[in-house]
Amino acid sequence: MRKDCAAMVLAGGQGSRLGVLTKKLAKPAIPFGGKYRLIDFTLSNCYHSGIDTVGVLTQYQPLELHSYIGSGSHWDLDRMKGGVYILPPFVQASGGIWYAGTAHAIYQNMSFIEQFNPAYLLVLSGDHIYKMDYSLMLDFHKASQADATIAVIQVPRKEARRFGIMNTAPDGRIVEFEEKPKVPKNNLASMGVYIFTLDVLKRYLEQDDKDSASSHDFGKNVIPAMLAGGQKMMAYRFDGYWKDVGTLESLWEANMDLLSDTPGLDLHDAKWRISSTNPSWPPHLVMDTGKIVRSLVSVGCRIAGEVNHSVLFSGVKVGRGAVVRNSVVMPDAEIGPGAYVDKAIIGPGAVVGPGSMIGGETTANQEEVKVTVLGERVAIPAKEVVSSGSILE
Amino acid sequence: MKNVLGIINLHEHEELLSTLTGHRPLAALPFGGRFRLIDFILSNMVNSGIHTVGVLTKHRFRSLIDHLRSGKEWDLARKQDGLFILPPPDHIHYSNSIYKGDLEFFYNNLDFIRKSSQEYILIAGSQIVCNINFNDAFRFHLERGADITLLYKTERPQPGRTFTMATLLNLDEDGRVADMEIKPGQIAGGNIGMEMLIVAKTRLVEIIQDCVARGQFDFTKEGIIRNLRRYRIYAYPYSGYMARIDSVQSFYRANLDLLKPEIWESLFSQDEPIYTKVRDEAPAQYCEDAAVRNSLVANGCIIEGRVENSLLFRGVRIARGAVVRDSIIMQDSIIQSNATLDNVICDKEVCISSGKRLSGDANFVMVIDKRRVV
Repeated sequence: MRKDCAAMVLAGGQGSRLGVLTKKLAKPAIPFGGKYRLIDFTLSNCYHSGIDTVGVLTQYQPLELHSYIGSGSHWDLDRMKGGVYILPPFVQASGGIWYAGTAHAIYQNMSFIEQFNPAYLLVLSGDHIYKMDYSLMLDFHKASQADATIAVIQVPRKEARRFGIMNTAPDGRIVEFEEKPKVPKNNLASMGVYIFTLDVLKRYLEQDDKDSASSHDFGKNVIPAMLAGGQKMMAYRFDGYWKDVGTLESLWEANMDLLSDTPGLDLHDAKWRISSTNPSWPPHLVMDTGKIVRSLVSVGCRIAGEVNHSVLFSGVKVGRGAVVRNSVVMPDAEIGPGAYVDKAIIGPGAVVGPGSMIGGETTANQEEVKVTVLGERVAIPAKEVVSSGSILE
Repeated sequence: MKNVLGIINLHEHEELLSTLTGHRPLAALPFGGRFRLIDFILSNMVNSGIHTVGVLTKHRFRSLIDHLRSGKEWDLARKQDGLFILPPPDHIHYSNSIYKGDLEFFYNNLDFIRKSSQEYILIAGSQIVCNINFNDAFRFHLERGADITLLYKTERPQPGRTFTMATLLNLDEDGRVADMEIKPGQIAGGNIGMEMLIVAKTRLVEIIQDCVARGQFDFTKEGIIRNLRRYRIYAYPYSGYMARIDSVQSFYRANLDLLKPEIWESLFSQDEPIYTKVRDEAPAQYCEDAAVRNSLVANGCIIEGRVENSLLFRGVRIARGAVVRDSIIMQDSIIQSNATLDNVICDKEVCISSGKRLSGDANFVMVIDKRRVV
């Protein structure tokens, strides 16, 4: 059963800078945007791009991620031939080994990939927020007869040093790759979206596996080796919204990005729906005393207080007289009557007691106020004050 | 309840709902912001442990089949058992055929009933909105040694509420049905039948065959009422919240009932949820000028205007300056800027253009039919 292109999604990362939120949760499973988890974007992109064979490489705290993906039916990826496969590390006759790096994870699953014998392999990250048609990138890869194509996006100059930067010739050919350069020559950042001609990739993965000095990473080892080997490497420009949320601040910010009346990432686009599980809640209820502006509110919420510039996941309760501003409130959390929450991430099932104050520091420059975070199921008693920037677990 | 087969009987009185059921069976009528009526009985059956359900269709069932498809959303897409669509007899499609009654349709699907591995059958319509677990009623049926157990609720009169073509039960002290009638007009209350009954399979097959052999085709009148002396027919009292959808007015009222938090919570428990076909919609988006209170809002809505005492189904747009009060706006309808709606039901995909003012009355709500542009 030969496929033209199969995808491998790297979903084993810990996302250690997300702290309390990723203590028991792999980063791709982090809730985002009022109903999604990060991996929904990548899986929905695969579906819309016509890619029906997707391996998901998991390793760190995979329980919730595995049960979330299930048979893949939520993304229409439960297929007779192909579909979604969860690929954690496994034990072989020679012993068991963890995935040492992104390239190693793919190499360990070469026999999975060979079942479908695709001509091209799409390598993706499971924790980026964007809507992208990979089939257009595959067309570009084929047309330019490249050995590898790397999707790039323009980032602000001053942030370029946080990314892998591609230096390209005028025809789009990559001449140099610098991982997190101190002095970037360019602002074209790698999005962690790669298409490889599989035969070529296989050769480099074999070499890389034998190299004991390698950290077995695409960005650090395999891409530079392919460049050094003279392979044809192309940069593919992407202009849409793309975000890699590495920190609690950037996760908060990406949620806030959705709240403008015309957000960069349109979640209402009927032609490119982002699929996810849909909990069996009824529509949310705005009570007589409720007030909601500039916000996203999901099913099952009961709102008796004021919600301003916030993202509310399913089943959230906001009591009478409570105020929730500039915040992200994850599933089934409860904001008690009269509580005040400002610039915070409230984890799943967390409870803010009546009259408590979470965050809400006021200074001359509001942007400098740090995000306050309550981890999963943290309970704050009544009339407590949790100062801005606190992270509670 | 794995020994019970569910049959959803779509032969229901929908005369007073014709503006909403012109192109769909009552069972497919949208309700509560994201559901269709059939979701309630289907979920109740599944939550009670029933895993084989037949849907006895009548007519115009395209939208219903589209909604149900494999039955997966109700956990009824099974290798064995699961969801079965029971089609009408072939001659129903000819223009000179006369509708005789639901028993003809049961008779046409007798093989399905006989072949099922369950010994008991729960037959129910779709017009009752409630969250009920049938285990107690089933136990009651077995304890009484009943041939048939009907479910009912004692409803006291409430201002503005009537029941149309309702089944009214008269019980003796023991809970046995002494008399039963289908009230042609409207009544204010009493022991209202829930159009749900439990019967042993062998007894059901007997009733169907006896009736059809005598040219009788009305299940309730001829299968039950005529047999009140012959069989032990009992009634099980239900006491939770219920709404009976039998007129436009009762449909309107039952939807607005959901704005009461205690009813919302009793109907939509997380332990026994109401399942429905899902659609991948973003959470509802409230813009800068949104002003919403006492309303139920589904995912996919974008709200820039004012909404009060109303229900918005999935994907509804309320533009800037628009005002929606005491109204029900179904899926994908658009209310353009500065339009004002009072006591209106907009069916699916309706568009109300800028500046229009539409108003019905609390006792006579205005219905805008599907895909109408006003």
